[in-house]
This record gives sequence, C-alpha cells and structure tokens, in this order.
Amino acid sequence: MPPTVKRPPLPNEDKRWKIVNGTMRKHGFSRDALIETLHTVQESFGYLDKPALKFVADSLRVPLSQAFGVATFYHFFTMKPPGAHTCLICMGTACYIKGAGLLLNEAETALGVKAGETTPDRNASLITARCIGSCSLAPAVVLDGETVGNVETSGLRKKLEGWQPS
Amino acid sequence: MTIEELEQIAEDARAKRQETARELKVCMAAGCLSLHSDTLKTALDEEVKRSGANCRVRGVGCMGLCSLGPLVQADPEDALYHNVTSEHAAELVAHPEGAVAKELVCSREQAFFQRQTNVVLENSGKIDPEKIEEYIAEDEYAALLHLLTEKSPNEIIQDVSKSGLRGRGGAGYPTGLKWGTVAKTVGATKYVICNADEGDPGAFMDRSVLESDPHRVLEGMIIAGYAVGASRGYIYVRAEYPLAVKRFSLAIREARKQGFLGNQICNTKFSFDVEVRIGGGAFVCGEETALIASIEGRRGMPRPRPPYPAQSGLWDMPTLINNVETFACIPTILRRRADWFAAIGTKKSKGTKVFALTGKVLNVGLIEVPMGMTLRQIIFEIGGGIPEGRRFKAVQTGGPSGGCIPEQFLDQPVDYESLRELGSIMGSGGMIVMDDSACMVNVARYFMEFCMSESCGKCIPCRSGTAQMYELLSRITDGTATLQDLELLEELCDMVSSTSLCGLGQSAPNPVVSTLRYFREEYIEHIEQKFCRAGVCECGKQREVLA
Repeated sequence: MPPTVKRPPLPNEDKRWKIVNGTMRKHGFSRDALIETLHTVQESFGYLDKPALKFVADSLRVPLSQAFGVATFYHFFTMKPPGAHTCLICMGTACYIKGAGLLLNEAETALGVKAGETTPDRNASLITARCIGSCSLAPAVVLDGETVGNVETSGLRKKLEGWQPS
Repeated sequence: MTIEELEQIAEDARAKRQETARELKVCMAAGCLSLHSDTLKTALDEEVKRSGANCRVRGVGCMGLCSLGPLVQADPEDALYHNVTSEHAAELVAHPEGAVAKELVCSREQAFFQRQTNVVLENSGKIDPEKIEEYIAEDEYAALLHLLTEKSPNEIIQDVSKSGLRGRGGAGYPTGLKWGTVAKTVGATKYVICNADEGDPGAFMDRSVLESDPHRVLEGMIIAGYAVGASRGYIYVRAEYPLAVKRFSLAIREARKQGFLGNQICNTKFSFDVEVRIGGGAFVCGEETALIASIEGRRGMPRPRPPYPAQSGLWDMPTLINNVETFACIPTILRRRADWFAAIGTKKSKGTKVFALTGKVLNVGLIEVPMGMTLRQIIFEIGGGIPEGRRFKAVQTGGPSGGCIPEQFLDQPVDYESLRELGSIMGSGGMIVMDDSACMVNVARYFMEFCMSESCGKCIPCRSGTAQMYELLSRITDGTATLQDLELLEELCDMVSSTSLCGLGQSAPNPVVSTLRYFREEYIEHIEQKFCRAGVCECGKQREVLA
C-alpha cells in the first residue's frame, strides 16, 4: 500500500476552491497538472494570488517557487485582480499595421492608465494581446469579452467613456 | 465499430440532409461569430419555425472570406450570401429569388474561390464541426478504419513519405522521415503531440481548422499514433482560442463514444487516447522542446537538441510533434492515395498550404492554395489587390521569424525553398500584406519588440541581443541613430542568429535582415535625414511640425 498523501485543506469556505480541487483530482493530483490548475484558479477567481499559488503548490507537491515561476512566466496569468470592465487591444501584426497603436493611445488617454494597468477605482483594466486571431476584423479589440472589429478611435473612446461609473 | 456501422452512420447523416428541400449554412467560426452570426442563426431558426418553410438551418465552419462575414451558404441553389444580419433572415428563408437576397449574393465565380485548392479545408464551411456524424458523412474516419485493419504501421509511414508531405509548422521537415524515426526508437510509452500553439501574430489557420473541422485533426493524430506506436496524444492549444478548445474537446468526447479513441480501437489491438492541454500565452512554446516543458507543467523553456523529441521528448520518451495542418493533411492523403497528393505542388514542396491572408488587402480571409502559386496570384487575384487605391509595398510571411518580401519578387512561387531564398520563411501561414503607409523600419522594430518580450531568457544571445537590437531600432525610428548604430545592428543580427539556443532567437533577426536587404534606403533616410517616408515614425512627425 502506498502511504496516503496528506493534502492541504481548502483555504476557506469559498465554493470555488472545490472547482479548483476538482481539476486537480481529474489529473490525479499529478505535478504536470500545475498549468491546468492555475487556469482553473484564474477562471474561477479572475487572478492568481499567493494563497492560491500556495494551495495549488502544496496540493500537487511542487515547490512554491515552481508555481510562482510558472504563474509569472506565462502572459495569460495575472497576479492582479482585474477591474470591473476589461478592454483588450489586439497588437497582432494585422491590427498593428491597421492602427492598433493609435487605439492603444486613445484607450490609455480615455482611461488614464497604461497598458497592463487597472484604474485606481478598479472600474476598468486595459490590457494588450499578442494576437487574438481575429485578423479579418483588424484592428480588433475585446470589450468585456466581446470581440469588436474594424474599430475606430472615436468609437472606442465612446465605448470606454460609457464605462464611467455615474 | 465496423465498416458497416460506419457506413450506416454516414447513410443516416446524408439522409437527414435530404429531409428538407433547402438548407442554410451559417458560419459559426470565430470571424463570423464576432460579427454575431450566432444571433443570425437563431433568427433564421425562428423564421423557419414561424413560416414552416421546408428548410433546415445548420451551423458550419469557416467559409474563408472572413472580411465579408457573417456568411450564409444556401443549398441546393449554391448561393453564398455575405454581410448577412438578422434583419435579412425572413427574406433569405422566404424569397431566395427576391431583391434583398440578390443584393447579398457573393459570386462563387470570383478568383478568391476559383483559384483555391481545398485539401485541409475541404470540409470547412460544409459540415457542422460539433457533430461527428457530419464528418463521417463525408466518408471520413473510413481511412482510419481501413488502415487499422488492413495496413501495417510501416506501410502507412511509407505512404506518408511518398506523399512528400512536409511539416506545416514552418520548418518543412519531411513528415514521413519524422514518423519513421519515432517508430524506430524504442520506448516504454510513446507520445503524439499536436502543436496548436499558433503564436504568430497575424495568423489564424490552426484556429480555423480546429474550429471548423476538429475531427480531421483528431483522425490525423490517431493515425499517427498507430503508425509510430504511441498510446497517448496531447494537443497543446492556445488559451486565447477558447472556441477551438471547446470544439476539439467535444470532438474527443464524441470520438471516444464512437470507439475511435480509447482501448482497443475498432476491435483491434491498438489503444490510443488524446488529452487537451491549454497554453499560457507564451510564443516560445511553439518551439517543440519548450512545448514539451509546458505540457509537463513547467516554464516553457527550450533545451538544446539533440536529443530530438523523436528520440527523447515528453517525459524522456520518444515523441512525435506535428503541427495542426500537418495532421489535418493525413486523412486525405491516406484516403485519396499518396501520389494524388504528390501530384499537387512543386518539385520539393508537395500539396497545398493554408494561408491567413490579412493586412492591406481587399479579401481578408482563410485560403488554401497549391504550393508553387506565385505571391502575385495570391495577393492580387485571390486577395483582390490593395484597397483604397494605394500601392503594394511588401508582404510579410512567417511572422516574427520571417521576413518582408518586396514587389520585385511577387512572381516567385510560394514554396519552402524559394521563400527561404528571399530571406523569409514559409512559417505556419500568416501572410500580411502592407501598402505604402507602412514603414519598414517600424515593422522591423515591431517584430523585435515582440521577440524581446517573448524571449524566455534562458540563453544570453536571445535575451540581451533582442533587447539591444530593439533599442537600436528604436533609436533609428525616433531619429537619434547614427550610421555606426546601423553597423552594430547588422553585427548583432548575425551574432544572435548564429548563437541562440532555439528557433526563436535564431530567427529573431530575420525581419530586420530582410528589411535591410530590400529597404535599406528607408533605414538610411531615418538616420541621415530624420525622415520617415510613410509618416509613421516619430522622426517623421517632428519634421512635419517644423515644416
């Protein structure tokens, strides 16, 4: 009989931890499930924080350093909680030569933050993507999960201003 | 599953298509979906229900002409409608001959459709990617069944070699040779990996194939597993492609249900299963050893080769890694025979290639052409030329690892060798057309910024070299560089490409080298006259203000 492995308890009552645990169980708590599990954490909580990394690392028996290394290596993972709204600007080649840089400038002015930042009131996050694969709609942006194509600076500004809390 | 059972499924699916007099196919791939083709499909469905028309509405994969989406194909009259919205639903269902419908018709006779040869995309836009029986109805999975019962793994590898198929990920390594190496290597377990980490900006071929015809890729992987003696497969898909992940996962579940995956597939001794792994948005993971590290749950950092993954790959076991499009070619090659495939294309590059044609070109979309077609035919006939009366300047292939090809080489045939001679590469198939509003130095800087931030940081030439080259290019674009900087840049290009560990670093200077080769005068203008002829760079803007 192999010795039974003691797994850490769920960090708190939050039901989302059960979903995270479910992903790890699906992979038999194997170490190579690290990235898959972090995807689930980010999907459930919106971002990765230290307690989450520690819980996942302990459960899968990987060093915390490796979990932290993976979380910071891949662009898809974020360690900061996102704002209520997100504006993602595609910086792929097709979008770039059709003026994605201008869109980014416009969004930065409209929201008052730089790419990768969230407004101080946590209302909106501005992020850029390498390429979202919607090149036929270039330049494309993703506003709160919805892809919008052939965007013009004025249209983008209007959308972003509509996010202002009244 | 037996041949008879498979034929029965195909029969039933075909009979179901005959049940209604008319059929409307709505594109449900990412391009059209972003233009709300899902609401359009619901509207059509409701209209059919309301009017009681003898018509069926189906969601299908990508039809190619993404810039005119959402697209709807009506059969049996074989009419393609473009820019369709929910408001057109009633007209399309009730009056296919009416004025509204006529206005929306998009000619099938145009070069965009006529000049293409569809192998990988043959089912794309015809079948519902979420239903396995639709794929079977096109006589697919039959190849797999025949192979498993009638052919030895060795015969399959010989067929693949004979077809002349080369890796569609960009490097063009002969697929049959790779399969042969994995098959010959001894290992307790062997793995098959499908590389769907399409990180090139400006490329969406793999995404479209996975969204439009996932079973084709899966069948290719199963056949590969049988041929090389693998028992497990992984597909590594970008996290940025949720729809592709969803459809491929569904395809795996359906294939398992039908007995194409799992233990003792179709009552043979062969067992094989496939799992989806989602990437984390790192470009370097397209490199095979980095991809393996990522599947193992680690940071995606490459390691020196040899040993090649074919000898020691995933968990140090023999591993076959091919690109999505390579696997997608396999079922057709084996069903229609190797010599049929080998008859398409040029002497050294066989078959067809899928390209994502984007940028400053009229018809933006997904195309598949025989190898050897010229760039001019692709851009000006299929692509319809440059919009807004502007002038063609260059076409970029191969993403951050490729180069820019200028006008004087437009009549070169597109194949692995000729593109390499021109200083670019085939790459995975992104083809970005640029007009005279693009500044080539700025484009080079854009790609260098990309490589700099995507460098994994393991080896110094790539980690520091890309950063230094980016700084030098920035100096040129903002008008503070000297001719010595240009000299240093060229020296760095040579150093980084010859000393970097993996493909990312080795090819990172390509965009700079190729633009220097063909557009050197633009670099000189930026440096000596502080002038950007396209008006993109800061130095150009300053000049405008002064004037």
